[in-house]
Amino acid sequence: MTPGETPRHTPRDIACIELVELLTDYLEGVLPPDEVAAVEAHLDLCEGCGTYLAQMRATIAALGSVPVETLSESAYDDLLAAFRGRPA
Amino acid sequence: MPAEDPQLIGRLRDGDQVAFATIVRQWSPAMLRVARSHVRTHASAEEVVQEAWLGVLRSLDGFEGRAQFRTWVFRILVNVARRHGRADERRNAELAGPTVDPARFRDDDDPYPGHWRDDAAPADWGPEPEMLAAEFRAVLGRALAELPERQRAVVELRDVHGFDGEEVCELLDLTQANQRVLLHRGRARLRASLEEELT
Repeated sequence: MTPGETPRHTPRDIACIELVELLTDYLEGVLPPDEVAAVEAHLDLCEGCGTYLAQMRATIAALGSVPVETLSESAYDDLLAAFRGRPA
Repeated sequence: MPAEDPQLIGRLRDGDQVAFATIVRQWSPAMLRVARSHVRTHASAEEVVQEAWLGVLRSLDGFEGRAQFRTWVFRILVNVARRHGRADERRNAELAGPTVDPARFRDDDDPYPGHWRDDAAPADWGPEPEMLAAEFRAVLGRALAELPERQRAVVELRDVHGFDGEEVCELLDLTQANQRVLLHRGRARLRASLEEELT
C-alpha cells in the first residue's frame, strides 16, 4: 500500500493457494489498492506465505548473478574477424 | 535496460576492436535469449545473433546517435529474429495452471480451505541465505535451462540482465499481461527448484 491509500473497508480474505499466484503482480506494483490491502493483510498473519514471498525475493536476488548461456567462442571469433575486415 | 557506456560505444564507432569485443560479450547473452524466443533451436538463435551483429557492422556508419546504441542494436536483432522466426504457434502450457502443487493446500471441506497444509507449508531456508549464494546460483543456472523458452527469456531478461517489463514486451512480442504471467511462472518454478534442493 502506498501512503495515502487507505482501504475503505476490511480487506477481503485470500486463501494461500490464491495468494501465491498474486505475488508477481504484487511485486510488479500492478495490483489494485484493494488487492494490495488484501495481500498485505494475509501476509501479516500467515507465516507460510511470508516464507514463500521471502523465498521468491531471494530467488530474484540470486538471479542477478547467475551465469547464463552466451555465444560460442567460434561465433565471437567470426564476429571479430568481420569487424577487422570491414571497410575503413 | 542497464545503462550503456557512451565512451565504449564511441571507441567502437572509431573502429576499436577491443571495444567491439567487449560490447559483443556483454550484450550477446541477452540477445541470444531474445533470439531463442523467436526461433526453434539454439543453433538458429546463435545465427540470428551473429547476423544481427553483422548487420550492425554494415550499418554502423549510418548510426547517427539519435537513439541509444543498444536500443538500435536490439531493434536490428528483433528484425532479424522475426524474419527467422517460426510461424507463431503459441504454447499455452507456458501460461496456464497453478504454480504451486495444489496438494500442498487444504481441501474444500477443511475449516481453512486453500490454506497451506501444516506438513506442506514452505520451510525456512535458513537465516542467512547469502551464505548459500554459490549453491543458489548453481541450482538456478540448471533450473533456468529447463524452463520453457518464453518463461526463460522473460526471467533472464528481467532478473538476470535487468531489462524492464516494457522493453521485454517489445523484444519478445508479448502483451504486458502475458509478460507478467511468464515472469510469475518462471520465477515460481525456480523458487520450487531451490526448495527441492535446499529442504
